[in-house]
Amino acid sequence: MLNRTSLNDAHRELNAKLVDFGGWEMPLHYGSQIGEHHSVRRDAGMFDVSHMLAIDVQGDGAKAFLLGLLANNVERLAQPGEALYSCMLNEQGGVVDDLIVYYLAPGGYRLVVNAGTADKDLEWLGRQRDRLAPDVEIIARRDLSMIAVQGPQARKKFWQASPGAEGASAQLPPFSATTFGDWLVARTGYTGEDGFEITLPSGDATALWEAMLASGVAPAGLGARDTLRLEAGMNLYGQDMDETVSPMESGLAWTVDLDSSRVFVGKQAVAELRPERKLIGLVLRERGVLRAHQPVQTAHGDGETTSGTFSPTLGLSIALARLPVATGFGEDVGVEIRGRRSVARTVKYPFVRHGKSLIDDQMD
Amino acid sequence: MTIPSELKYTDTHEWVRTESDGTVSVGITHHAQEQLGDLVYVESPQVGRKFKKGEECGVIESVKAASDLYAPLSGEILAVNESLADAPEKINENAYDAWMFRIRPDDPAELEALLDASGYSKIVEAESH
Repeated sequence: MLNRTSLNDAHRELNAKLVDFGGWEMPLHYGSQIGEHHSVRRDAGMFDVSHMLAIDVQGDGAKAFLLGLLANNVERLAQPGEALYSCMLNEQGGVVDDLIVYYLAPGGYRLVVNAGTADKDLEWLGRQRDRLAPDVEIIARRDLSMIAVQGPQARKKFWQASPGAEGASAQLPPFSATTFGDWLVARTGYTGEDGFEITLPSGDATALWEAMLASGVAPAGLGARDTLRLEAGMNLYGQDMDETVSPMESGLAWTVDLDSSRVFVGKQAVAELRPERKLIGLVLRERGVLRAHQPVQTAHGDGETTSGTFSPTLGLSIALARLPVATGFGEDVGVEIRGRRSVARTVKYPFVRHGKSLIDDQMD
Repeated sequence: MTIPSELKYTDTHEWVRTESDGTVSVGITHHAQEQLGDLVYVESPQVGRKFKKGEECGVIESVKAASDLYAPLSGEILAVNESLADAPEKINENAYDAWMFRIRPDDPAELEALLDASGYSKIVEAESH
């Protein structure tokens, strides 16, 4: 029996195609994955992301605990409401999970972790807590739901749907959050567009979903979420990084704080590794579709794609690939697609931001 | 959507229509396009190539996944629907209208052995459970 979010009935009413995603019954699309993708790039779309888990970390030692646990530095969270993207590493320097940490109040943080890794994360957090900060409380918030509303018109349509929310969130800078009653409204997302992620009591979720539908926000499924995040050059856990690969070889060096004297789990292993590979963008130069785990041949050695798809915004196929560290931008490489060699161009990602292609001057 | 009774079908979700000149047109079924989702790429067989019944003869890709196309009959490829290269979404819009290629069948008996609409509907039904 699959887990269901509080919006499951709402998805069924919209005739969603429901699939098993990390043990959760989630909408893949509501008719057209590409149409949903365009809605987010051009107007506003919303995603049920309640399968992801909010975990509250509370107590006087919460900050010290997260300083010892996370690869990014929570000292960077100066004011309540600020958010930070970070990996949680194992002792070997592999990625246990990636997450967003919100600083809510002194002694109060909230982590949002992936659905498929939530149980593993809770066990890992408990184990590290016992070692680093036994007094800190770790509370899994399965009582909460999360809706992401994304796109150039997302904020405006959210405000239309939630009277009073505009006053609370109009001045919110990117990558920060504010409370609105018992909701947390964060200007974050996984699409490369402006918008909010709203965490709220599950009892409120359907009413917000329906109010946003009435404001003209298109429901969007996990299919569009994947094409949007890949165009935006955002990693997907389990695909572009996992426990066996260093964040330095997964395009995540910018999130690993090796500069401060702070000691955190996995720091030594990551600091000692000399990366041999790196994550780079690919654009297919012929017809076809790049997918994950296709072999790539370069002048510097071999590698493989970690994520690939058709990009609805660009009208061609894109991928992330883990290739030898010497691979530069603007090189043509071979990709084996179902036994046949195709040519792809290496590019700097993100591929798309705020509805606009970022690769046009990288192709010829 | 109803399964057209004038067509024949394979258990790999191709439809086959006999034309007045004895050649056959081939496409994928409504059920197949629904399972695949938004189509973004069609790799058609080469005109002039010969295939055996059941042989892989092309690929169709959606945003989600790639799927092989199989020759429903043995024979020679006479034509492919070039308009699908730039507009594979036509298959999503009307799968039974969007023919993909035409074959001159080697053996008319193979045509008789294909599924009829009621036989194919049982396959669709079995897959939805």
